[in-house]
Amino acid sequence: MADPQAENLYKTALYDLHVELGAKLVPFAGYAMPVQYPLGVKGEHLHTRAKAGLFDVSHMGQVRLVGENRVAELEKLVPGDIAVLKPGRTRYSAFTNDDGTILDDLMITNAGDSLFLVINAGCKDDDIVHMRANLDNGVELQELSDRALMALQGPEAANVLARFAPDVASLKFMSFVEIDIAGIPCFVTRSGYTGEDGFEISVPDTEAEKLARLLLAEDEVEAIGLGARDSLRLEAGLCLYGNDIDTTTTPVEGDLNWIINKRRREEGGFLGADIILDQLANGADRKRVGIKPEGKAPAREHTMVLNKDGYDIGEITSGGFGPTVDAPIAMGYVAIEFAEPGTKVDLMVRGKARPAEIVALPFAPHRYFRG
Amino acid sequence: MAKKFSKEHEWLEINGDVATVGITDHAQQALGDIVYVELPEVGKKLAKDGDAAVVESVKAASDVYAPVDGEIVEANEELDANPALVNESPENDGWFFKIKMSDASQLDDLMDEAGYKAFVEGLED
Repeated sequence: MADPQAENLYKTALYDLHVELGAKLVPFAGYAMPVQYPLGVKGEHLHTRAKAGLFDVSHMGQVRLVGENRVAELEKLVPGDIAVLKPGRTRYSAFTNDDGTILDDLMITNAGDSLFLVINAGCKDDDIVHMRANLDNGVELQELSDRALMALQGPEAANVLARFAPDVASLKFMSFVEIDIAGIPCFVTRSGYTGEDGFEISVPDTEAEKLARLLLAEDEVEAIGLGARDSLRLEAGLCLYGNDIDTTTTPVEGDLNWIINKRRREEGGFLGADIILDQLANGADRKRVGIKPEGKAPAREHTMVLNKDGYDIGEITSGGFGPTVDAPIAMGYVAIEFAEPGTKVDLMVRGKARPAEIVALPFAPHRYFRG
Repeated sequence: MAKKFSKEHEWLEINGDVATVGITDHAQQALGDIVYVELPEVGKKLAKDGDAAVVESVKAASDVYAPVDGEIVEANEELDANPALVNESPENDGWFFKIKMSDASQLDDLMDEAGYKAFVEGLED
């Protein structure tokens, strides 16, 4: 097995803690990251849905945009309505390009005097170059590279975090607050990547291990690796950049129309708007859908999807086993005429056509706290 | 009955010209929670190192290769209903298939229990 230490990988502020906890570390987007702990992927997944899981996601990029024109400038690069975002509110969006396809997906928070962005680890260098090249009119990008990011997710997450910062209990889904947790200054958003209630917590690198140990010392909390993070987000129907969305897919094809509101549809003014607005008006040729294999065999990414006449109609982009639904689950792209839930298809797994059905996402219901 | 091990982390329990084949405790630990096992059909003829079975964890699919030439005479149907048997009892109830060997001399290429133990320890250094 590859030794992550030998490969010049970046380490997060929690690296030593991962080693101490017995994590299996793997290279991921240039970082040595825990794919699982001794509890195992399935146990970690089920624990997160039952109680609370702590994830190290410090490999993700955190940046701040300052300057009075920050909102208008960022709106040139994303199709979301950022102007309407009130202080303390967070929104999911995507960087598009001239082709109308997706450079990255991201979280945008109005932090009052700035915009706080969380971007994907594998895209962050390119995203920063892209923003610096395109954000004009005095907008400055600050990389928050001395901050760690962790997620506390699950039905007990709010109870646990409120022991250290009582005010987080009333924070609503997709809201943000700067708050001290056990005396440590943090940026907290009520959001996540599991479909569960929970928080993402940005913390100075120097305080990250202290905070992680405090949270892990609570009875409800287990450390959770990237393996369970992936199965949790797939059950929740959430896109993984690089698999389910990328520079070959538009937001419309990716079934992300909801990130583009009425004003942006009317005004355009973001990269690739001509293509994306045309697809919004006239439809796209294909769409991201949920796919449920009928048998027990998982169908993995790049599995070909066939219609019942044996024609290639698409491809799975994420597929595996969902521990909560206790069955194989997948998502992928199919030609638009086959995208309706209930449509019967076949999946080509190891040379055999195996029956499956197009289904509505998510596989496991979202349980966000909306107040 | 003699027990042999392959470098692909399979065990073989030899009974006459039939070998019962499964994956080792070391292999199941490395794979994690097994959620699906695809077994070869009875009657299928396999060549050494050819694809014999597929074992799937939450995260990934892994191939299991035939450790010897032969014909499948039985597959462990218990694994269809309960693939976790591979985690719980990898070297007993979690066996994969029985293969009627066509060239018993291939067993000479495999390791005994002590040899396999040393092989695994070597991997972990």
